[in-house]
Amino acid sequence: MKPFRRTLAGRLLADPQAAIAMLIIAALVLAAVFADLVAPYDYSAMNLADRFARPSADYWLGTDNLGRDTFSRLLQGGRIALYVALTAVSVSALIGLALGMIAGYGPRWLDNVLLFSFDTLRAYPTIILALALAALLPRGLSTVIIVVVITSFSEYGRVVRTQTLSLKHAEFILAERAMGAGFGRIVFHHLLPNVLGPFFILAAMNLPVVITIEAGMSFLGIGVPPGTPSWGATLKDGFDHIRTTPWIIIAGGLPLILVTLGFTFLGEALRDQLDPKLRRGR
Amino acid sequence: MTQPILTLKDVVVEFPGLRGLKGLMAPPEQRHVQAVAGISLDVQPGETVAIVGESGSGKTTLARAINGLVPLAGGEVWFDGMPLHERPDWHAVRRRVAMMFQDPSGSLSPRKTVRDLVLEPFAIHGIKLDDPGAKAADLLATAGLGPDFLARYPHQLSGGQARRVGVARALALDPAMVLADEPTAGLDVSIQGEILNLLNRIKAQHGLTTVIITHNLNILRHVADRVAVMYLGRIVELGEVEQILSTPAHPYTRALMAANPEPDPTARHERITLKGETPALNARPSGCEFHPRCPVARPECAERAPLLGPTPGAGQVSCHFPIHKDEMNTA
Repeated sequence: MKPFRRTLAGRLLADPQAAIAMLIIAALVLAAVFADLVAPYDYSAMNLADRFARPSADYWLGTDNLGRDTFSRLLQGGRIALYVALTAVSVSALIGLALGMIAGYGPRWLDNVLLFSFDTLRAYPTIILALALAALLPRGLSTVIIVVVITSFSEYGRVVRTQTLSLKHAEFILAERAMGAGFGRIVFHHLLPNVLGPFFILAAMNLPVVITIEAGMSFLGIGVPPGTPSWGATLKDGFDHIRTTPWIIIAGGLPLILVTLGFTFLGEALRDQLDPKLRRGR
Repeated sequence: MTQPILTLKDVVVEFPGLRGLKGLMAPPEQRHVQAVAGISLDVQPGETVAIVGESGSGKTTLARAINGLVPLAGGEVWFDGMPLHERPDWHAVRRRVAMMFQDPSGSLSPRKTVRDLVLEPFAIHGIKLDDPGAKAADLLATAGLGPDFLARYPHQLSGGQARRVGVARALALDPAMVLADEPTAGLDVSIQGEILNLLNRIKAQHGLTTVIITHNLNILRHVADRVAVMYLGRIVELGEVEQILSTPAHPYTRALMAANPEPDPTARHERITLKGETPALNARPSGCEFHPRCPVARPECAERAPLLGPTPGAGQVSCHFPIHKDEMNTA
């Protein structure tokens, strides 16, 4: 067994940037999971007497136009954000991984077909596609997830394809073939482990992007149904009253900033640790 | 004469020359280039044949074609009575023909430990081992590495150590033949010597047939029984190692030897510098393909291609005017 400090987790903890990132992420995940216990109020309870309350000891981040506690709503929103981000990222990453490896290791014509479709999808602006799909599909989180999957799997596909292509003619793959290894063994034992590094980094860096897309769609009114405490919806409420009560929109932006920072730091630290050339020491 | 274990008959390997529209418009003979252009060779059991030549002479491609890593465009390959040109069961063939690649570390899967790497052939061929750890240590020991290497990753090995892992792995399934592509490439001279001694010891112990691809002429005498010299995908000279080294008959062979640094200052060959570059495979010269660079070319060399024929010694050479022994020191 390797000593703990040499394992990936150990090396990440030794990197201050990664340690901060994991702290932020852990705090956010815990807050979201235990939102019901942590939250001082029911996220949907209205208190018309305390409308537009300023941040105070009673309402840490103030209240909105219906007197609902913003802090409690943000905690609940964390659940939605994490649910959307994790589902959408894992689905689109898996589709991208499969298609990317097929494109990279498969025949040339198939590579061309897949590459063409990746480029077509990448060229399409996310928000336009979101608006079009929102018009067709029922309003809700699944629509958000579908939009994210359609617009982002090609990104994973491209990264994985490039990586696979560069490994396809590597001598160790030839050596495997020369020993008699079959297609499945080469793909799953020898290509996959070498493709996963950049792939995980991309996924980690994409999590906050997805959360922002959800927030953006909810802000535009094509995301979650009204009344759902998503971060985007909170931003939208704050935006409506930005002149009189600016703290709502400021509070709504805080978790987005934290989540983006956390996952981006983690992604960068992962990249440094997984790429042996960037790794300091062994 | 015993039955050869490996027989090559007019082996041809082609690569696409021009792609896309340009390829469709081009005359048929330019659509493909022949990296290996009709090679015939017999290898006897237990024998070591070295294939030498400049970069681009098709020697690596030839080795890969024997193992089916690149498809044959023509000719026949027979291994131990099996026709490898007729869609053989490669899985079974590759169990008996081990291959070593040029890059010692690059041919090891980077995220596997040495233990997994040397046991890989058993996993590929579904062979259950009673004690995999002991087997792995045993194989490493044969290749001269201690058991403390089992847990290492390829990037933690030096070139020589990685090469030894490659040797251990090549021997894992007790193959009948080893194809070694540049076994000494990228290693410094002292390590080269160790690896060659290791190969020789293993060959003697297991009675291995070996085909060694190399451009390093210094190692020939230590490892090879016979030498085939390749130029532009063809064999230009073939013979016993001593004979090739002492009385090369083809001007190209002589030029290769002249270009090779000779450590003994009293035994210098005269220098023959070749004119120009190796011709491109899609612009093969007429007649003898070596004539534009040949120091002793005559007009008819450009018109008529020579065939591989017997030399004054016991070898074969494809040259209209092979160099005789008595010319060696006067030329």
